[in-house]
Amino acid sequence: MSILVLADLHEGQLAGATAHVITAAKAIGGDIDVLVAGDSVHAAAEAAAKLDGVSNVRVADNAVYAHQLAEPMSALLAALADGYSHVLASASTTGKNVLPRLAALKDVSQLSDIIAVESADTFKRPIYAGNAIATVKSDDTLKVITVRTTGFDACPDRERDSGSAPIEAVDVVVENSQSCFVKEELAQSDRPELSGAKIVISGGRGMGNGDNFKLLDGIADKLGAAIGASRAAVDAGFVPNDMQVGQTGKIVAPDLYIAVGISGAIQHLAGMKDSKVIVAVNKDEEAPIFQVADYGLVGDLFEILPELESKL
Amino acid sequence: MKVLVAVKRVIDYNVKIRVKADHSDVDLTNVKMAMNPFCEIAVEEAVRLKEKGVATEVVVVTVGPKAAQEQLRTALALGADRAIHIETDERAESLAVAKLLAKVVEEEQPGLVVLGKQAIDTDNNQTGQMLAALTGLPQGTFASEVAVDGDKVNVTREIDGGLQTIALTLPAIVTTDLRLNEPRYAKLPDIMKAKKKPLDVKNPADYGVEVASKVSLLKVESPAERKGGVKVASVDELIDKLKNEAKVL
Repeated sequence: MSILVLADLHEGQLAGATAHVITAAKAIGGDIDVLVAGDSVHAAAEAAAKLDGVSNVRVADNAVYAHQLAEPMSALLAALADGYSHVLASASTTGKNVLPRLAALKDVSQLSDIIAVESADTFKRPIYAGNAIATVKSDDTLKVITVRTTGFDACPDRERDSGSAPIEAVDVVVENSQSCFVKEELAQSDRPELSGAKIVISGGRGMGNGDNFKLLDGIADKLGAAIGASRAAVDAGFVPNDMQVGQTGKIVAPDLYIAVGISGAIQHLAGMKDSKVIVAVNKDEEAPIFQVADYGLVGDLFEILPELESKL
Repeated sequence: MKVLVAVKRVIDYNVKIRVKADHSDVDLTNVKMAMNPFCEIAVEEAVRLKEKGVATEVVVVTVGPKAAQEQLRTALALGADRAIHIETDERAESLAVAKLLAKVVEEEQPGLVVLGKQAIDTDNNQTGQMLAALTGLPQGTFASEVAVDGDKVNVTREIDGGLQTIALTLPAIVTTDLRLNEPRYAKLPDIMKAKKKPLDVKNPADYGVEVASKVSLLKVESPAERKGGVKVASVDELIDKLKNEAKVL
């Protein structure tokens, strides 16, 4: 068996998610090749070659793959897939965008968001906003899979003296006249990336307004935490949507998740209930979030947050 | 141009689901069902395009059991012009649904197809992308803004780091994110009128599509329960517990 992993890129660099997908690939077993596709991605390819367990890095460096648009990316993967038993990508917005398109081009099903590998053809994945776990078996010859990164640890880099995997260029260049990139507005932040952060502090509708999210800044800085939000806070316009944690936003599983002014709707719990320790701060002691919280503090967040910041 | 919208009947998003005792699936007997929230947003977007004069006709389609006609009637009450029901009691996976929708696209020749980005039951997030592949059309997934401009559509997409705008040549496939719009409610007179709108019933065999999938569902189980925690009385106690008991600070 051999597995092709599509590398995740963030602003041209290799993103942390890739190392988690490699771990899922190792659990399946077989040779693991990583495809790095984009425009000017040499540094990302070198970083991928250092990951433990990677056999080969294949690089498709061409302007047509810039921004990893679905049409050229799926055509590229379809051209390369024949030698592989599995194609894996993280369940990032890129993986979700590209892999189902690849699967349909190959006339196979796609398995989304797997959280465990039972065997080379059997996997576990959450359904119904994480309220049930399905075990599914695929009899397709090619398995196309997206991986929930919080379900697998990141694979380490190789030992320093064991070199790195060979890097080879892929000369498949596809045409794309159907879609083109116009612009990107990326949120700028010095804080750790939400999905990879060890500590996350999130605000909900209880924050009242966008300005009050500043109350979380000092605490996040002291803890080295990322800041998240519930859908209610995003819909109310308090914060941008890329901060949303939940079924339709990001899935996080940090060591510590602090939910402030969040009631704990099913859709929010789907995004954070695999966190190691959950703390809830809410003035409503009946709020459902307290049913999953390891530590709950009932009270006014406008008094609690400044006190917490000063005492950390 | 004609706009085609695909909708799905799913368990209502507020319902706390139960796993069947034999672990074969989730128990859907006597459970409130509704239109998938992302599909409601897709219908709303299509109706808005019609109100703006961009769309001339809105056709809504679903694949599912007979009862799914309720969701088609809802879409008609919200402003769709006619409906197509592809009736099957089999569990249709994304690929089979995409193949059926591809046949409908071939027949109807819409200028734009709008789907929800994912159904809240299977959480797959696949059908729109698969439909795009099968029809050879470009895709704008997770859309929070859709602007049709002549023979192109500009789609602003919600991506991990923020927002991305892409331009697609029409016809194209768009899947909706939650922030695309706020769906309207159907008014009683519109619900009455919807009963008279045309609804065609077909089945997968009419399109020559096999619904059976190569993916089998072996088991469905409840996730590991989190055990109830403790309430602390003060910030000091909280910090102490996090440092000394949970050891996460």
